[in-house]
Amino acid sequence: MMYLDAFVHSPFWHSPQVWHALFITTSAGVVSAVVGVFIVLRGQSFAGHILTDVGATGASASFLFSINSWYGFLSFGLLAGAGMEALGKRTRGRDTATGLVLSFFMGLGALFLFLDTRVSNTADVTMSVLFGSVFTADPNTTPWLIGTSAATLLVVAAIYRPLLICSIDAEWAQARGIPVRWVGLLFMLAFVVAAEDSALAMGALLSTAFLMGPAAAGVRIAHRIGAAIGISALLAVMAAWLGVGLAYASYNWPPAGRGYPCSFLIADILFMEYLGAGMAARWRAHIRRLGGKRCT
Amino acid sequence: MLDVRDVHVHLAERLVLAGVQFQIEAGEFVGLIGPNGAGKTTLLKTILGLVTPDLGQVLVDNRPIRRGNPAIGYVPQKVHLDPDTPLRGRDFVALGLDGVRWGVPLPRRSRRERVERALGSVQALTYADAPVGRLSGGELQRLQIAQALVGEPRLLLVDEPLSNLDIRNAHEVVRLLHELARSRGMAILLVAHDLNPLLSALDKVVYLARGRSMAGRTDEVMTSESLSRLYGYPVEVMRTRGRIVVVGGPDMHLVPPEAADHAGLGEWEATTP
Repeated sequence: MMYLDAFVHSPFWHSPQVWHALFITTSAGVVSAVVGVFIVLRGQSFAGHILTDVGATGASASFLFSINSWYGFLSFGLLAGAGMEALGKRTRGRDTATGLVLSFFMGLGALFLFLDTRVSNTADVTMSVLFGSVFTADPNTTPWLIGTSAATLLVVAAIYRPLLICSIDAEWAQARGIPVRWVGLLFMLAFVVAAEDSALAMGALLSTAFLMGPAAAGVRIAHRIGAAIGISALLAVMAAWLGVGLAYASYNWPPAGRGYPCSFLIADILFMEYLGAGMAARWRAHIRRLGGKRCT
Repeated sequence: MLDVRDVHVHLAERLVLAGVQFQIEAGEFVGLIGPNGAGKTTLLKTILGLVTPDLGQVLVDNRPIRRGNPAIGYVPQKVHLDPDTPLRGRDFVALGLDGVRWGVPLPRRSRRERVERALGSVQALTYADAPVGRLSGGELQRLQIAQALVGEPRLLLVDEPLSNLDIRNAHEVVRLLHELARSRGMAILLVAHDLNPLLSALDKVVYLARGRSMAGRTDEVMTSESLSRLYGYPVEVMRTRGRIVVVGGPDMHLVPPEAADHAGLGEWEATTP
C-alpha cells in the first residue's frame, strides 16, 4: 500500500519531460508494432534498416540548420522509401545498388555528424541521432509525432485486407484485381512514418527494436493476424512505459547516478519479450502435444 | 460461359500464344494440357485479365473479361507461406470472400457461415483452425480451392494443382473438383502437364502446343493425326494400360525444353527434327 501510494504520488508523473517521453515512445511503439507485423509478413526487415539509416543522415543534417531532427528523419526517410519503390523488386543488381546508395548516405551522415560536433562542441547530437533522446526531444514535435502515427494507423486499417493478400502473395493479389502497386506505395508510406517515428524515439540504430521486436514476438505467439497485431502493440506499449519508468528511476542507480539511456532499456525489454514469446510458443506446442489434440 | 477467340499474345517479342480458341460451358470439367513452355500459364493470365491479347479476345458470359472479375475463381499453383504465418485455415478462406475490399473485416454471421460451407465442401473442417503455414500440400490445396469457391464463382481456374501432390492426394483433388463441377454447375479449367490422372473425370481437353490449341473430347483430341497437326511434325499417341502417352512430343526428348530456352533457342526448335 505504501509502495502504491509512493508510486501514485511520485514526482515521475509531474514531470513534463516524462510525459513527453511517454507520448513519444508510446505512439512510435504502437505504430511500429502494427506496421511491423506486415513487415515481418513481407520479409522487409532489411528495408527498415535502410529507412532509418538514411533518416539518420537527414537528422544529422537538420542539426546543422537548427531544424527539428524529426523533419530530417522524415524527409530523408521518404526519399529512401521513394528510391526503394522506384528500384522495384525485379531489377537486377538491386542489392548492389541499394548497398552503394546506402553507404553514400551513411558517408554523408558521418560528415554531417562531424560538422555538428564542430558547431555545438559536444557529442550530444551524435548520441541523440544514433541512440535517441526521449527526455530531451523538442516538445513541439510531440503533437506532430502523435498525429502522424495516428494517421498511419488509419491508412493501415484502410488497406488492411488487400495489404494482407499482397503480403502473402503479390501475384495472387494481382490476379484478384487488387491494385498491388498502390497498396505497396501506401504501405511504404506507413513504413517510413513508423520507422522514422521510432528512430526519433529510439535513435536510428535502435529503431529496429521497435519495428521488429514486438511484431516478431506477436507473430510467434498468435495464430491469427488480428491477435498478432494486438499482442505486438501491447508488448510495445509495455516496453515503452517500463523503459521510460526505469530510465527515470535509474538516476538513483549506481555507479554514477547519472541515469541509463532510455533506448537501451526499451531495446532490452523488447528483447526479453521476444525471448518470452519464443518460450510461450514452444510451451503451447508442448501442451497441445500432451493433450493429444492434433491439428495436423 | 468462357469463350476464347483466336487469342494471340506476344511476351518479350516472342509469340507465346498464336491463335488459341476454345469454349467452355457451365458445369464442364476441362483439362488444359500441354508440355512445359506451351503457354498454359500465359493463357491463364490472359483469362484473368492480367495479360492483354494482341489479337483476338476472351469473353466470359459474352462480355469481355476484366481483371478481378468475381465470376472467375482462381487457384494459384502454390502459395508460399511461412510456417509462422499468423493465419488459420478459416481466415485464409475468408480472404477469398472479401479480401479485396478496403478496411478491416467485421465479424458477421453470414460471413462465418459462408466460410464454413466452403470449408465443408472441400472436407477441410478438421484442420480449419490450424495455422496455414504448417499444413501439408494436400491440405493447403483444399483450402486454396475453398478460398476460390467461397466467392461462388461460375468459372474456376486451377493452375497445376497436381504437381505438388502424391498420387493419392492428386486423385482425391481431381475427384473433388469433378464433383464440384457437377453439383454446382460450375465450369472448371484445370491446368496440367500430364493428362493421365484426369482421364476418367474430364469432359473435354484443350491441348496446347507451340502456342496453338486443339479442343474437344479426349478421344477426338488425343489422336496421332490431330496432335501431329498441332505440333507441326509427326508425333504418335499411344494408349497402354489405360494411360495415354505422346511419343515424339517435346517432353519425350532428351533435351528438356527449359534447357533449350536457357541455351537461347526457340521454343521447340532445339529438339524438333
